[in-house]
Amino acid sequence: MANKLVSEMRLPPHLAHLLAARGLTTAKDVLSLPEVELMSVLDTGIHTARAAVAHVSEIACPPYQTALALLESVRLGGSGRLATALRGLDNSLGGGIPLGKLTEIVGPSGIGKTQFCLKLALLATLPECYGGLNGRVVYIDTEFKFSSQRIIEIGKKSFPQIFRQEGLAQKMSGRILVVRPTSLSDFTKSLEQMKVTLLQHDVKLLIVDSMAALMSS
Amino acid sequence: MEIADLPICTSHRAKLLAAGYSSLAALSAADPPRLALDLNIEIPEAEDILKIAVCANKFKGADGPSSVIKGAQNAWDMLSDEQSRKHINTGSGDLNNILGGGIHCKEVTEIGGVPGIGKTQLGIQLAINVQIPVECGGLGGKSVYIDTEGSFMVERVYQIAEGCISDILEYFPHYQNKAPSGQEKLKPESFLADIYYFRICSYTEQIAVINYLEKFLGEHKDVRIVIIDSVTFHFRQDFDDMALRTRVLSGLSLKLMKLAKTYNLAVVLLNQVTTKFTEGSFQLTLALGDSWSHSCTNRLILYWDGNLRYAYLDKSPSLPAVSAPYAVTGKGVRDAVSSNRKRARVM
Repeated sequence: MANKLVSEMRLPPHLAHLLAARGLTTAKDVLSLPEVELMSVLDTGIHTARAAVAHVSEIACPPYQTALALLESVRLGGSGRLATALRGLDNSLGGGIPLGKLTEIVGPSGIGKTQFCLKLALLATLPECYGGLNGRVVYIDTEFKFSSQRIIEIGKKSFPQIFRQEGLAQKMSGRILVVRPTSLSDFTKSLEQMKVTLLQHDVKLLIVDSMAALMSS
Repeated sequence: MEIADLPICTSHRAKLLAAGYSSLAALSAADPPRLALDLNIEIPEAEDILKIAVCANKFKGADGPSSVIKGAQNAWDMLSDEQSRKHINTGSGDLNNILGGGIHCKEVTEIGGVPGIGKTQLGIQLAINVQIPVECGGLGGKSVYIDTEGSFMVERVYQIAEGCISDILEYFPHYQNKAPSGQEKLKPESFLADIYYFRICSYTEQIAVINYLEKFLGEHKDVRIVIIDSVTFHFRQDFDDMALRTRVLSGLSLKLMKLAKTYNLAVVLLNQVTTKFTEGSFQLTLALGDSWSHSCTNRLILYWDGNLRYAYLDKSPSLPAVSAPYAVTGKGVRDAVSSNRKRARVM
Protein backbone atom coordinates (compact mmCIF):
# COMPACT_ATOMS: atom_id res chain seq x y z
CA MET A 1 0.00 0.00 0.00
CA ALA A 2 2.85 2.33 0.74
CA ASN A 3 4.18 1.91 -2.77
CA LYS A 4 0.94 2.73 -4.50
CA LEU A 5 1.67 5.02 -7.41
CA VAL A 6 0.42 8.57 -7.24
CA SER A 7 -0.20 8.46 -10.98
CA GLU A 8 -2.89 5.84 -10.41
CA MET A 9 -4.70 7.71 -7.68
CA ARG A 10 -6.83 9.90 -9.89
CA LEU A 11 -5.79 13.16 -8.32
CA PRO A 12 -6.65 16.36 -10.23
CA PRO A 13 -4.25 16.32 -13.23
CA HIS A 14 -2.35 19.52 -12.40
CA LEU A 15 -1.59 18.25 -8.88
CA ALA A 16 -0.52 14.86 -10.20
CA HIS A 17 1.85 16.51 -12.67
CA LEU A 18 3.41 18.74 -10.02
CA LEU A 19 3.99 15.76 -7.73
CA ALA A 20 5.53 13.75 -10.56
CA ALA A 21 7.78 16.68 -11.49
CA ARG A 22 9.18 16.72 -7.95
CA GLY A 23 9.80 12.99 -8.00
CA LEU A 24 7.01 12.17 -5.52
CA THR A 25 5.76 9.03 -7.20
CA THR A 26 4.46 6.84 -4.40
CA ALA A 27 2.09 7.27 -1.49
CA LYS A 28 5.08 6.93 0.82
CA ASP A 29 6.78 9.96 -0.78
CA VAL A 30 3.71 12.14 -0.44
CA LEU A 31 2.75 11.15 3.09
CA SER A 32 6.26 11.56 4.50
CA LEU A 33 6.27 15.24 3.60
CA PRO A 34 5.13 17.84 6.10
CA GLU A 35 2.08 19.86 5.07
CA VAL A 36 4.00 23.08 4.53
CA GLU A 37 6.41 21.48 2.11
CA LEU A 38 3.57 19.87 0.20
CA MET A 39 1.94 23.28 -0.10
CA SER A 40 5.09 24.69 -1.72
CA VAL A 41 5.45 21.69 -4.04
CA LEU A 42 1.87 21.97 -5.22
CA ASP A 43 1.98 25.76 -5.14
CA THR A 44 -1.45 25.90 -3.52
CA GLY A 45 -3.04 26.90 -0.25
CA ILE A 46 -3.33 24.70 2.80
CA HIS A 47 -6.83 23.48 2.00
CA THR A 48 -5.87 22.02 -1.37
CA ALA A 49 -2.76 20.43 0.13
CA ARG A 50 -4.84 18.89 2.93
CA ALA A 51 -7.42 17.64 0.45
CA ALA A 52 -4.66 16.03 -1.61
CA VAL A 53 -3.22 14.36 1.52
CA ALA A 54 -6.68 13.12 2.51
CA HIS A 55 -7.20 11.68 -0.97
CA VAL A 56 -3.81 9.91 -1.02
CA SER A 57 -4.34 8.65 2.55
CA GLU A 58 -7.72 7.18 1.77
CA ILE A 59 -6.25 5.22 -1.12
CA ALA A 60 -3.09 4.16 0.72
CA CYS A 61 -5.01 3.10 3.81
CA PRO A 62 -5.65 -0.66 3.97
CA PRO A 63 -9.33 -1.67 4.05
CA TYR A 64 -10.87 -2.32 7.44
CA GLN A 65 -12.76 -5.37 8.70
CA THR A 66 -14.89 -5.84 11.75
CA ALA A 67 -13.44 -8.23 14.32
CA LEU A 68 -16.43 -10.46 13.64
CA ALA A 69 -15.54 -10.75 9.96
CA LEU A 70 -11.99 -11.57 11.03
CA LEU A 71 -13.24 -14.31 13.35
CA GLU A 72 -15.43 -15.78 10.64
CA SER A 73 -12.57 -15.85 8.12
CA VAL A 74 -10.31 -17.54 10.67
CA ARG A 75 -12.98 -20.14 11.46
CA LEU A 76 -13.71 -20.75 7.77
CA GLY A 77 -10.07 -21.45 6.93
CA GLY A 78 -9.99 -24.51 9.18
CA SER A 79 -8.92 -23.51 12.63
CA GLY A 80 -6.21 -21.24 11.29
CA ARG A 81 -3.66 -23.26 13.25
CA LEU A 82 -0.96 -25.87 12.79
CA ALA A 83 -1.44 -28.54 15.43
CA THR A 84 1.87 -29.62 16.96
CA ALA A 85 0.60 -33.11 17.82
CA LEU A 86 1.62 -32.48 21.45
CA ARG A 87 -1.68 -32.46 23.26
CA GLY A 88 -0.69 -30.29 26.22
CA LEU A 89 0.99 -27.73 24.01
CA ASP A 90 -1.90 -27.63 21.56
CA ASN A 91 -4.32 -27.06 24.44
CA SER A 92 -2.37 -24.12 25.80
CA LEU A 93 -1.91 -22.64 22.35
CA GLY A 94 -5.61 -22.86 21.63
CA GLY A 95 -5.26 -25.46 18.89
CA GLY A 96 -1.70 -25.07 17.71
CA ILE A 97 0.72 -22.61 16.14
CA PRO A 98 -1.41 -19.78 14.71
CA LEU A 99 -1.34 -18.94 11.02
CA GLY A 100 -0.71 -15.38 9.98
CA LYS A 101 1.38 -14.62 13.08
CA LEU A 102 5.00 -14.84 14.09
CA THR A 103 5.85 -17.48 16.68
CA GLU A 104 9.24 -17.55 18.36
CA ILE A 105 10.76 -20.72 19.85
CA VAL A 106 13.40 -19.98 22.44
CA GLY A 107 15.58 -22.26 24.49
CA PRO A 108 19.08 -23.21 25.61
CA SER A 109 21.24 -25.27 23.28
CA GLY A 110 20.46 -28.96 23.06
CA ILE A 111 16.88 -28.59 24.30
CA GLY A 112 15.33 -29.64 21.01
CA LYS A 113 14.47 -26.51 19.03
CA THR A 114 15.70 -27.85 15.70
CA GLN A 115 14.01 -31.22 16.35
CA PHE A 116 10.79 -29.36 17.07
CA CYS A 117 11.15 -27.40 13.83
CA LEU A 118 11.77 -30.59 11.86
CA LYS A 119 8.61 -32.11 13.30
CA LEU A 120 6.61 -28.97 12.47
CA ALA A 121 7.97 -28.95 8.93
CA LEU A 122 6.84 -32.52 8.50
CA LEU A 123 3.40 -31.82 10.00
CA ALA A 124 2.78 -28.95 7.63
CA THR A 125 3.30 -31.17 4.60
CA LEU A 126 0.82 -33.81 5.71
CA PRO A 127 -2.68 -33.94 4.26
CA GLU A 128 -5.36 -32.26 6.31
CA CYS A 129 -6.94 -35.55 7.36
CA TYR A 130 -3.77 -36.27 9.32
CA GLY A 131 -3.79 -32.86 10.97
CA GLY A 132 -1.45 -31.17 8.51
CA LEU A 133 -1.72 -28.12 6.31
CA ASN A 134 -1.19 -29.96 3.04
CA GLY A 135 1.25 -27.36 1.86
CA ARG A 136 4.87 -26.62 1.20
CA VAL A 137 7.43 -25.56 3.77
CA VAL A 138 10.36 -23.17 3.39
CA TYR A 139 13.07 -24.09 5.88
CA ILE A 140 15.75 -21.45 6.27
CA ASP A 141 18.69 -23.31 7.73
CA THR A 142 21.47 -20.99 8.89
CA GLU A 143 23.39 -23.44 11.02
CA PHE A 144 23.41 -26.37 8.61
CA LYS A 145 21.47 -28.47 11.05
CA PHE A 146 18.75 -29.70 8.70
CA SER A 147 18.96 -33.44 8.32
CA SER A 148 16.69 -35.02 5.71
CA GLN A 149 17.53 -38.43 7.10
CA ARG A 150 16.20 -37.37 10.47
CA ILE A 151 12.99 -35.99 8.96
CA ILE A 152 12.27 -39.25 7.17
CA GLU A 153 12.98 -41.12 10.40
CA ILE A 154 10.53 -38.87 12.29
CA GLY A 155 7.97 -39.44 9.55
CA LYS A 156 8.34 -43.22 9.59
CA LYS A 157 8.10 -43.44 13.38
CA SER A 158 5.25 -40.92 13.91
CA PHE A 159 3.14 -41.57 10.84
CA PRO A 160 3.97 -45.10 9.77
CA GLN A 161 0.71 -45.45 7.86
CA ILE A 162 1.66 -42.65 5.47
CA PHE A 163 5.34 -43.24 5.18
CA ARG A 164 5.04 -46.93 4.52
CA GLN A 165 3.12 -46.15 1.33
CA GLU A 166 5.20 -46.06 -1.85
CA GLY A 167 6.43 -42.70 -2.97
CA LEU A 168 4.62 -40.78 -0.23
CA ALA A 169 7.79 -40.23 1.74
CA GLN A 170 9.28 -38.67 -1.36
CA LYS A 171 6.20 -36.54 -1.94
CA MET A 172 6.07 -35.22 1.61
CA SER A 173 9.75 -34.48 1.94
CA GLY A 174 9.71 -33.06 -1.56
CA ARG A 175 7.49 -30.33 -0.25
CA ILE A 176 10.15 -29.06 2.14
CA LEU A 177 12.41 -26.48 0.48
CA VAL A 178 15.66 -25.83 2.33
CA VAL A 179 17.43 -22.50 1.89
CA ARG A 180 20.92 -21.91 3.28
CA PRO A 181 21.76 -18.18 3.36
CA THR A 182 25.33 -17.39 4.26
CA SER A 183 24.77 -13.90 5.59
CA LEU A 184 22.12 -11.51 6.80
CA SER A 185 22.07 -9.57 3.52
CA ASP A 186 21.77 -12.86 1.64
CA PHE A 187 18.82 -13.76 3.84
CA THR A 188 17.09 -10.40 3.41
CA LYS A 189 17.51 -10.61 -0.35
CA SER A 190 16.08 -14.10 -0.54
CA LEU A 191 13.13 -13.05 1.66
CA GLU A 192 12.27 -10.30 -0.79
CA GLN A 193 12.41 -12.69 -3.73
CA MET A 194 10.44 -15.25 -1.79
CA LYS A 195 7.27 -13.21 -1.56
CA VAL A 196 5.99 -14.29 -4.95
CA THR A 197 7.20 -17.88 -4.49
CA LEU A 198 5.29 -18.18 -1.23
CA LEU A 199 2.04 -17.36 -2.94
CA GLN A 200 2.63 -19.29 -6.14
CA HIS A 201 3.68 -22.52 -4.48
CA ASP A 202 1.19 -22.66 -1.62
CA VAL A 203 3.79 -22.39 1.14
CA LYS A 204 2.10 -22.84 4.49
CA LEU A 205 5.07 -22.72 6.87
CA LEU A 206 8.24 -20.66 6.99
CA ILE A 207 10.86 -21.70 9.54
CA VAL A 208 14.02 -19.74 10.33
CA ASP A 209 16.53 -21.86 12.25
CA SER A 210 18.02 -19.79 13.75
CA MET A 211 17.80 -16.00 13.96
CA ALA A 212 20.73 -15.72 16.35
CA ALA A 213 23.10 -17.44 13.96
CA LEU A 214 22.08 -15.03 11.19
CA MET A 215 22.71 -11.99 13.34
CA SER A 216 26.13 -13.10 14.48
CA SER A 217 27.35 -13.95 10.98
CA MET B 1 -26.55 45.48 15.71
CA GLU B 2 -25.00 46.46 12.47
CA ILE B 3 -22.20 48.86 11.60
CA ALA B 4 -24.87 51.40 10.76
CA ASP B 5 -26.15 51.28 14.34
CA LEU B 6 -22.78 51.70 16.09
CA PRO B 7 -22.47 54.87 18.14
CA ILE B 8 -19.53 56.25 16.13
CA CYS B 9 -19.14 59.38 14.04
CA THR B 10 -20.48 59.40 10.50
CA SER B 11 -17.12 59.81 8.79
CA HIS B 12 -15.75 56.73 10.59
CA ARG B 13 -18.86 54.78 9.71
CA ALA B 14 -18.52 55.69 6.06
CA LYS B 15 -14.83 54.74 6.09
CA LEU B 16 -15.65 51.35 7.69
CA LEU B 17 -18.18 50.52 5.01
CA ALA B 18 -15.87 51.74 2.26
CA ALA B 19 -13.00 49.61 3.60
CA GLY B 20 -15.19 46.52 3.45
CA TYR B 21 -16.13 46.09 7.12
CA SER B 22 -19.78 45.37 6.48
CA SER B 23 -20.58 43.45 9.66
CA LEU B 24 -19.68 43.39 13.32
CA ALA B 25 -18.10 39.96 12.88
CA ALA B 26 -15.62 41.32 10.34
CA LEU B 27 -14.81 44.20 12.67
CA SER B 28 -14.27 42.01 15.71
CA ALA B 29 -11.70 39.98 13.79
CA ALA B 30 -9.60 43.08 13.08
CA ASP B 31 -6.80 44.50 15.25
CA PRO B 32 -6.13 48.22 15.86
CA PRO B 33 -3.07 48.73 13.59
CA ARG B 34 -4.78 46.96 10.68
CA LEU B 35 -7.99 48.91 11.17
CA ALA B 36 -6.07 52.19 11.44
CA LEU B 37 -4.31 51.45 8.16
CA ASP B 38 -7.52 50.46 6.39
CA LEU B 39 -9.47 53.50 7.54
CA ASN B 40 -6.57 55.90 7.32
CA ILE B 41 -7.02 57.06 10.91
CA GLU B 42 -4.86 57.13 14.03
CA ILE B 43 -4.39 53.95 16.09
CA PRO B 44 -6.08 55.31 19.29
CA GLU B 45 -9.17 56.13 17.21
CA ALA B 46 -9.15 52.61 15.79
CA GLU B 47 -8.92 51.18 19.30
CA ASP B 48 -11.94 53.25 20.35
CA ILE B 49 -13.98 51.94 17.43
CA LEU B 50 -13.08 48.36 18.32
CA LYS B 51 -14.00 48.89 21.98
CA ILE B 52 -17.41 50.17 20.95
CA ALA B 53 -17.89 47.21 18.64
CA VAL B 54 -17.03 44.76 21.45
CA CYS B 55 -19.48 46.42 23.81
CA ALA B 56 -22.17 46.25 21.15
CA ASN B 57 -21.52 42.53 20.80
CA LYS B 58 -21.78 41.93 24.53
CA PHE B 59 -25.02 43.84 24.59
CA LYS B 60 -26.37 41.61 21.90
CA GLY B 61 -25.65 38.73 24.21
CA ALA B 62 -23.10 37.00 22.03
CA ASP B 63 -20.71 34.44 23.58
CA GLY B 64 -18.90 36.23 26.36
CA PRO B 65 -15.54 34.55 26.21
CA SER B 66 -15.58 34.28 22.41
CA SER B 67 -15.77 38.00 21.99
CA VAL B 68 -12.70 38.47 24.17
CA ILE B 69 -10.60 35.86 22.34
CA LYS B 70 -12.06 34.06 19.40
CA GLY B 71 -12.81 30.43 20.18
CA ALA B 72 -12.12 30.70 23.91
CA GLN B 73 -14.16 28.96 26.57
CA ASN B 74 -14.01 29.91 30.21
CA ALA B 75 -12.78 27.46 32.82
CA TRP B 76 -16.11 27.30 34.70
CA ASP B 77 -17.98 26.13 31.62
CA MET B 78 -15.19 23.63 30.98
CA LEU B 79 -15.55 22.25 34.53
CA SER B 80 -19.12 21.14 33.98
CA ASP B 81 -18.06 19.76 30.60
CA GLU B 82 -15.20 17.79 32.19
CA GLN B 83 -17.32 16.44 35.01
CA SER B 84 -19.98 15.17 32.68
CA ARG B 85 -17.48 13.25 30.57
CA LYS B 86 -17.67 9.51 30.73
CA HIS B 87 -14.77 7.19 31.36
CA ILE B 88 -14.03 3.85 29.80
CA ASN B 89 -13.81 1.00 32.30
CA THR B 90 -10.45 -0.78 32.10
CA GLY B 91 -11.79 -3.95 33.72
CA SER B 92 -9.79 -3.49 36.93
CA GLY B 93 -11.32 -1.39 39.70
CA ASP B 94 -7.92 -0.38 41.06
CA LEU B 95 -6.74 0.71 37.66
CA ASN B 96 -9.96 2.69 37.13
CA ASN B 97 -9.36 4.44 40.43
CA ILE B 98 -5.88 5.70 39.65
CA LEU B 99 -7.16 6.88 36.28
CA GLY B 100 -9.98 8.84 37.89
CA GLY B 101 -12.73 6.50 36.77
CA GLY B 102 -11.19 5.01 33.67
CA ILE B 103 -9.71 6.08 30.35
CA HIS B 104 -10.80 9.65 29.58
CA CYS B 105 -12.61 10.63 26.44
CA LYS B 106 -11.35 13.63 24.48
CA GLU B 107 -7.81 12.83 25.64
CA VAL B 108 -4.83 10.90 24.33
CA THR B 109 -3.54 8.24 26.72
CA GLU B 110 -0.24 6.46 26.17
CA ILE B 111 0.26 3.01 27.70
CA GLY B 112 3.75 1.56 27.65
CA GLY B 113 5.54 -1.43 29.08
CA VAL B 114 7.82 -4.39 28.51
CA PRO B 115 6.74 -7.14 26.13
CA GLY B 116 4.30 -9.53 27.74
CA ILE B 117 3.07 -7.16 30.43
CA GLY B 118 -0.42 -6.92 29.00
CA LYS B 119 -0.57 -3.87 26.76
CA THR B 120 -2.45 -5.64 23.96
CA GLN B 121 -4.67 -7.33 26.55
CA LEU B 122 -5.57 -3.94 27.97
CA GLY B 123 -6.12 -2.56 24.48
CA ILE B 124 -8.52 -5.38 23.61
CA GLN B 125 -10.28 -5.03 26.98
CA LEU B 126 -10.89 -1.33 26.28
CA ALA B 127 -12.14 -2.10 22.77
CA ILE B 128 -14.72 -4.40 24.37
CA ASN B 129 -15.53 -2.31 27.45
CA VAL B 130 -16.35 0.82 25.46
CA GLN B 131 -19.31 -1.18 24.16
CA ILE B 132 -20.83 -1.83 27.61
CA PRO B 133 -24.41 -0.56 27.34
CA VAL B 134 -25.24 2.84 28.78
CA GLU B 135 -27.77 1.24 31.14
CA CYS B 136 -24.89 -0.69 32.72
CA GLY B 137 -22.65 2.33 33.20
CA GLY B 138 -20.74 2.15 29.93
CA LEU B 139 -20.58 4.27 26.81
CA GLY B 140 -22.38 1.98 24.39
CA GLY B 141 -19.94 2.98 21.69
CA LYS B 142 -17.89 1.26 19.00
CA SER B 143 -14.12 0.98 18.70
CA VAL B 144 -11.39 1.27 16.10
CA TYR B 145 -8.40 -1.03 16.62
CA ILE B 146 -5.32 -0.23 14.56
CA ASP B 147 -2.98 -3.19 14.71
CA THR B 148 0.61 -2.56 13.57
CA GLU B 149 2.21 -5.67 15.05
CA GLY B 150 -0.25 -8.44 14.35
CA SER B 151 -0.86 -9.13 18.02
CA PHE B 152 -4.66 -8.98 17.70
CA MET B 153 -5.73 -12.60 18.31
CA VAL B 154 -9.38 -12.69 17.44
CA GLU B 155 -10.10 -15.81 19.52
CA ARG B 156 -8.82 -13.97 22.58
CA VAL B 157 -11.08 -11.01 21.74
CA TYR B 158 -13.99 -13.45 21.71
CA GLN B 159 -12.93 -14.80 25.10
CA ILE B 160 -12.69 -11.29 26.58
CA ALA B 161 -16.11 -10.41 25.14
CA GLU B 162 -17.57 -13.50 26.83
CA GLY B 163 -15.92 -12.47 30.12
CA CYS B 164 -17.34 -8.97 29.85
CA ILE B 165 -20.85 -10.26 29.15
CA SER B 166 -20.74 -12.66 32.08
CA ASP B 167 -19.69 -9.80 34.36
CA ILE B 168 -22.46 -7.53 33.04
CA LEU B 169 -25.03 -10.23 33.72
CA GLU B 170 -23.58 -10.87 37.17
CA TYR B 171 -23.91 -7.25 38.26
CA PHE B 172 -27.01 -6.37 36.26
CA PRO B 173 -29.08 -9.55 36.32
CA HIS B 174 -32.20 -7.56 35.56
CA TYR B 175 -30.63 -6.38 32.29
CA GLN B 176 -31.43 -9.70 30.70
CA ASN B 177 -35.06 -9.64 31.86
CA LYS B 178 -35.81 -5.97 31.38
CA ALA B 179 -34.93 -5.81 27.72
CA PRO B 180 -35.93 -9.00 25.91
CA SER B 181 -34.08 -7.59 22.93
CA GLY B 182 -31.07 -7.46 25.25
CA GLN B 183 -30.94 -11.21 24.82
CA GLU B 184 -29.95 -10.79 21.21
CA LYS B 185 -27.66 -7.88 21.91
CA LEU B 186 -25.48 -9.43 24.60
CA LYS B 187 -23.63 -11.95 22.51
CA PRO B 188 -19.86 -11.96 21.97
CA GLU B 189 -20.46 -11.79 18.21
CA SER B 190 -22.20 -8.44 18.52
CA PHE B 191 -19.28 -7.07 20.53
CA LEU B 192 -16.88 -8.25 17.84
CA ALA B 193 -19.04 -6.75 15.12
CA ASP B 194 -18.54 -3.31 16.68
CA ILE B 195 -14.73 -3.36 16.56
CA TYR B 196 -13.34 -1.89 13.33
CA TYR B 197 -9.98 -3.53 12.70
CA PHE B 198 -7.19 -2.07 10.55
CA ARG B 199 -3.98 -4.05 9.93
CA ILE B 200 -1.09 -1.71 9.22
CA CYS B 201 2.13 -2.94 7.66
CA SER B 202 4.32 0.16 7.26
CA TYR B 203 4.70 3.68 8.60
CA THR B 204 3.15 5.06 5.42
CA GLU B 205 0.02 3.03 6.09
CA GLN B 206 0.06 4.26 9.68
CA ILE B 207 0.12 7.88 8.52
CA ALA B 208 -2.53 7.10 5.90
CA VAL B 209 -4.91 5.46 8.38
CA ILE B 210 -4.64 8.32 10.86
CA ASN B 211 -5.37 10.79 8.06
CA TYR B 212 -8.25 8.64 6.83
CA LEU B 213 -9.73 8.41 10.34
CA GLU B 214 -11.10 11.91 10.00
CA LYS B 215 -13.37 10.84 7.18
CA PHE B 216 -14.06 7.45 8.78
CA LEU B 217 -15.08 8.94 12.11
CA GLY B 218 -17.31 11.42 10.34
CA GLU B 219 -19.14 8.47 8.82
CA HIS B 220 -19.13 6.31 11.97
CA LYS B 221 -20.13 8.72 14.68
CA ASP B 222 -20.64 6.07 17.34
CA VAL B 223 -16.94 5.22 17.64
CA ARG B 224 -15.82 6.18 21.15
CA ILE B 225 -12.27 4.82 21.27
CA VAL B 226 -9.34 4.49 18.88
CA ILE B 227 -6.56 2.14 19.93
CA ILE B 228 -3.21 1.99 18.14
CA ASP B 229 -1.23 -1.17 18.98
CA SER B 230 1.54 -0.24 18.86
CA VAL B 231 2.31 3.26 17.71
CA THR B 232 6.05 2.51 17.87
CA PHE B 233 6.55 -0.57 15.80
CA HIS B 234 6.97 0.91 12.33
CA PHE B 235 8.90 3.91 13.55
CA ARG B 236 11.73 1.95 15.08
CA GLN B 237 13.02 0.34 11.93
CA ASP B 238 12.44 2.23 8.71
CA PHE B 239 13.95 5.55 9.63
CA ASP B 240 17.50 6.65 8.94
CA ASP B 241 16.47 10.26 9.14
CA MET B 242 15.60 10.95 12.78
CA ALA B 243 14.52 14.49 12.05
CA LEU B 244 11.92 13.16 9.62
CA ARG B 245 10.76 10.69 12.24
CA THR B 246 10.28 13.39 14.87
CA ARG B 247 8.40 15.57 12.39
CA VAL B 248 6.11 12.77 11.24
CA LEU B 249 5.41 11.65 14.80
CA SER B 250 4.56 15.13 16.02
CA GLY B 251 2.24 15.55 13.04
CA LEU B 252 0.52 12.28 13.94
CA SER B 253 0.13 13.19 17.60
CA LEU B 254 -1.42 16.55 16.72
CA LYS B 255 -3.89 14.89 14.39
CA LEU B 256 -4.80 12.31 17.03
CA MET B 257 -5.38 14.99 19.66
CA LYS B 258 -7.58 16.88 17.23
CA LEU B 259 -9.58 13.73 16.45
CA ALA B 260 -10.03 13.03 20.16
CA LYS B 261 -11.42 16.50 20.76
CA THR B 262 -13.52 16.81 17.63
CA TYR B 263 -15.22 13.43 17.82
CA ASN B 264 -15.31 13.15 21.62
CA LEU B 265 -13.43 9.89 21.76
CA ALA B 266 -10.57 8.39 23.72
CA VAL B 267 -7.31 7.76 21.89
CA VAL B 268 -5.12 5.04 23.41
CA LEU B 269 -1.58 4.58 22.10
CA LEU B 270 0.37 1.50 23.10
CA ASN B 271 4.11 1.99 23.20
CA GLN B 272 7.13 -0.25 23.55
CA VAL B 273 10.14 0.23 25.79
CA THR B 274 13.76 0.81 24.96
CA THR B 275 16.91 1.21 26.99
CA LYS B 276 18.34 4.64 27.51
CA PHE B 277 21.71 5.45 28.94
CA THR B 278 21.13 8.07 31.63
CA GLU B 279 23.12 8.95 34.73
CA GLY B 280 25.71 6.31 34.04
CA SER B 281 23.35 3.33 33.76
CA PHE B 282 20.97 1.76 31.30
CA GLN B 283 17.36 2.32 32.14
CA LEU B 284 14.14 1.15 30.57
CA THR B 285 12.16 3.98 29.12
CA LEU B 286 9.35 4.35 26.61
CA ALA B 287 10.39 4.33 22.97
CA LEU B 288 10.22 7.10 20.36
CA GLY B 289 12.30 9.63 22.22
CA ASP B 290 11.85 12.66 24.41
CA SER B 291 9.88 14.79 21.98
CA TRP B 292 7.23 12.10 21.62
CA SER B 293 6.82 11.92 25.38
CA HIS B 294 5.24 15.36 25.26
CA SER B 295 2.60 14.26 22.80
CA CYS B 296 0.15 12.50 25.05
CA THR B 297 -2.09 13.89 27.75
CA ASN B 298 -1.89 10.89 30.05
CA ARG B 299 0.73 8.21 30.40
CA LEU B 300 0.39 4.83 32.06
CA ILE B 301 3.46 2.65 32.52
CA LEU B 302 2.96 -1.07 33.06
CA TYR B 303 5.65 -3.01 34.90
CA TRP B 304 6.39 -6.19 36.81
CA ASP B 305 6.96 -6.26 40.56
CA GLY B 306 7.96 -9.82 41.29
CA ASN B 307 5.13 -11.87 39.87
CA LEU B 308 2.52 -9.15 39.91
CA ARG B 309 1.61 -6.68 37.22
CA TYR B 310 1.42 -3.02 38.17
CA ALA B 311 0.34 0.15 36.39
CA TYR B 312 1.88 3.49 37.22
CA LEU B 313 0.20 6.75 36.21
CA ASP B 314 3.26 8.61 35.04
CA LYS B 315 1.66 11.68 33.50
CA SER B 316 -1.73 13.26 34.02
CA PRO B 317 -2.98 16.84 34.08
CA SER B 318 -5.21 16.27 37.08
CA LEU B 319 -4.35 13.07 38.94
CA PRO B 320 -1.49 12.12 41.26
CA ALA B 321 1.22 9.66 40.22
CA VAL B 322 0.13 6.38 41.84
CA SER B 323 0.57 2.68 41.18
CA ALA B 324 -2.10 0.04 41.14
CA PRO B 325 -1.90 -3.72 40.68
CA TYR B 326 -3.93 -5.51 38.01
CA ALA B 327 -4.14 -9.00 36.61
CA VAL B 328 -4.71 -10.56 33.22
CA THR B 329 -7.14 -13.44 33.59
CA GLY B 330 -9.01 -15.74 31.25
CA LYS B 331 -11.84 -13.20 31.27
CA GLY B 332 -9.55 -10.27 30.48
CA VAL B 333 -8.02 -7.49 32.57
CA ARG B 334 -9.31 -7.64 36.14
CA ASP B 335 -8.28 -6.65 39.64
CA ALA B 336 -5.31 -8.47 41.08
CA VAL B 337 -6.67 -11.00 43.50
CA SER B 338 -4.98 -10.89 46.89
CA SER B 339 -5.66 -13.81 49.16
CA ASN B 340 -6.90 -11.80 52.13
CA ARG B 341 -9.52 -9.67 50.48
CA LYS B 342 -12.60 -10.36 48.42
CA ARG B 343 -12.37 -9.43 44.78
CA ALA B 344 -13.66 -5.90 44.27
CA ARG B 345 -16.61 -5.12 42.02
CA VAL B 346 -15.62 -4.69 38.42
CA MET B 347 -18.58 -2.50 37.45
